Amino acid sequence: MGRLVLTGKTVIKGVASARLLVSHEPLSFWGGYDWQTGEITDRQHDLSGQFANGKILAIPFTRGSSTTTAMLLEAIRNGTAPAAILTTGTDFFFALASVVADELYASPLPLISLSEEEFGKLRSGDHVEITALGELFVNGS
Amino acid sequence: MVLTLSDKDRSMLNGEHGPAARMALSIVVRMAEVVGANELLDITAAHIDSTVYIGDAGLEFAERMAGMGARVCVPTTLNVSGLDEYHWQEWAVPRQWAAQAHRQMLAYQSMGTTPTWTCAPYQLEVRPSFGQQIAWGESNAIAFANSVLGARTERYPDLFDICCAISGRAPATGLHLTQNRRGQLLFRMDRGISQELQQADDFFPVLGNLIGKQTLDKIPVIAGLRVTPTEDQLKAFCAAAASSGGVALFHMVGITPEAMTLDDAFQGSPPDRSISIDMASLRLSRQQLTHGPQDKLDLVVLGSPHFSLAEFKHLAPLLTGRHVHPDVKFLVTSSRFMSGLARQEGLLQVLENFGGELTVDTCILTSPMLPAQIKNLMTNSAKFAYYVPGMLGKNITFGSLQDCVNSACTGKIIRDETLWED
Repeated sequence: MGRLVLTGKTVIKGVASARLLVSHEPLSFWGGYDWQTGEITDRQHDLSGQFANGKILAIPFTRGSSTTTAMLLEAIRNGTAPAAILTTGTDFFFALASVVADELYASPLPLISLSEEEFGKLRSGDHVEITALGELFVNGS
Repeated sequence: MVLTLSDKDRSMLNGEHGPAARMALSIVVRMAEVVGANELLDITAAHIDSTVYIGDAGLEFAERMAGMGARVCVPTTLNVSGLDEYHWQEWAVPRQWAAQAHRQMLAYQSMGTTPTWTCAPYQLEVRPSFGQQIAWGESNAIAFANSVLGARTERYPDLFDICCAISGRAPATGLHLTQNRRGQLLFRMDRGISQELQQADDFFPVLGNLIGKQTLDKIPVIAGLRVTPTEDQLKAFCAAAASSGGVALFHMVGITPEAMTLDDAFQGSPPDRSISIDMASLRLSRQQLTHGPQDKLDLVVLGSPHFSLAEFKHLAPLLTGRHVHPDVKFLVTSSRFMSGLARQEGLLQVLENFGGELTVDTCILTSPMLPAQIKNLMTNSAKFAYYVPGMLGKNITFGSLQDCVNSACTGKIIRDETLWED
């Protein structure tokens, strides 16, 4: 695959540059993300056992527990959060973690929402650069 | 869309109601902008899930708020904490961890909240009424409040619930608004699902797990049930559907208050999609709730969400005259309030005579209380079964209440398959 430029909706502004980890299955961070290591621990999820820390995590939205926000906030403080998160809608749980991380630590996590069609073009291992304008430069692996 | 603020909102953002209210409302406003709300609305009750201690960030947030003199301005209940405040020493909770979790409990208690410490706040004496605008955290409680009580809350995460409670405001979006409460997916129960199975206590957790998985973040409507579920069956359904999916509102036709008819449930529009629920899909859902080998049993856990008085009453006759196997622990998790009622009725004595134990205020999933030698668990809760492999790294078997008791007595996992067979 070559180079792709995608324009999403910037939910929380920020820049990031990292490899992608993609799933089409929603994920709960409570019971699904080990904030101390960044491992995805939901044993029914297709990313189970993968590490998302430092990567750009693409999942359509969160499911389940309302503790997902608190888990992501711990991960941000601990340096084990994804570098950015891409979703298909405006995910309230992720956005809140980012807003609170901004209030407490002045370190918001970039969050971009993509159309389902554009989300479908993402592949694990691709390298993505997110700009402050919400543009995504995707380089195929 | 531009967010319109009231005069009071503006004075709060200017700090005229103190620094905690200012920070709380500024978070509410930023999130209202994220979701594209055009105004905020008043909420009249809150349930706070942020009480669960996870790590330093959550504690720093709580103590920052408390230190700024935060006070809730609506009646506010508290979800489980990380420890049973007075009995955690009887378990494997590390001392340092307990000290941090306790600080978090004290921070939220200092804000004028009611220290209920329960994940089943809808079974307390005072609960939200039909149409009431509330801000609730805790996924199972959100689903119950919206669907069974007809109160209105969005699926609020930790940290946001407390911001709403302090500011008294929430974005006027999502499930707060009538038009967003319309059913989207129709689940029809196949005629091959016997009434006897539908009455069994392990039916609704399995159904909830299945519907949560298929619904994800939509609003499911369940039609064709041949039974009227009890409140505890609905509780088990909520907990299951809000774990395997993001279900914050469902309708059961003829059962839940916004779905007296199929037409009510869909607000007069056709369903986006129709799905049939049959025995094969239910069997698969039941199977998914068991993870790992089933040759040994160390611990049975009941009460996820917290055991109610009715559940204690249902359990008592199953325990009477029997005793737990010496190699097995039998644990019920509940709230101070419910276990107090159970004590008054002599039901805790029955549990004690059986050799069972009780823990309050907390949840086995949020407290590092289990010693490492406990590896094989059994439960009647689909929510607990869903989370155990990832959160505790232990084996789990799902069964009915009777299966759990029989297994605890014999020390071996026993499940009655009769109702689930072809």
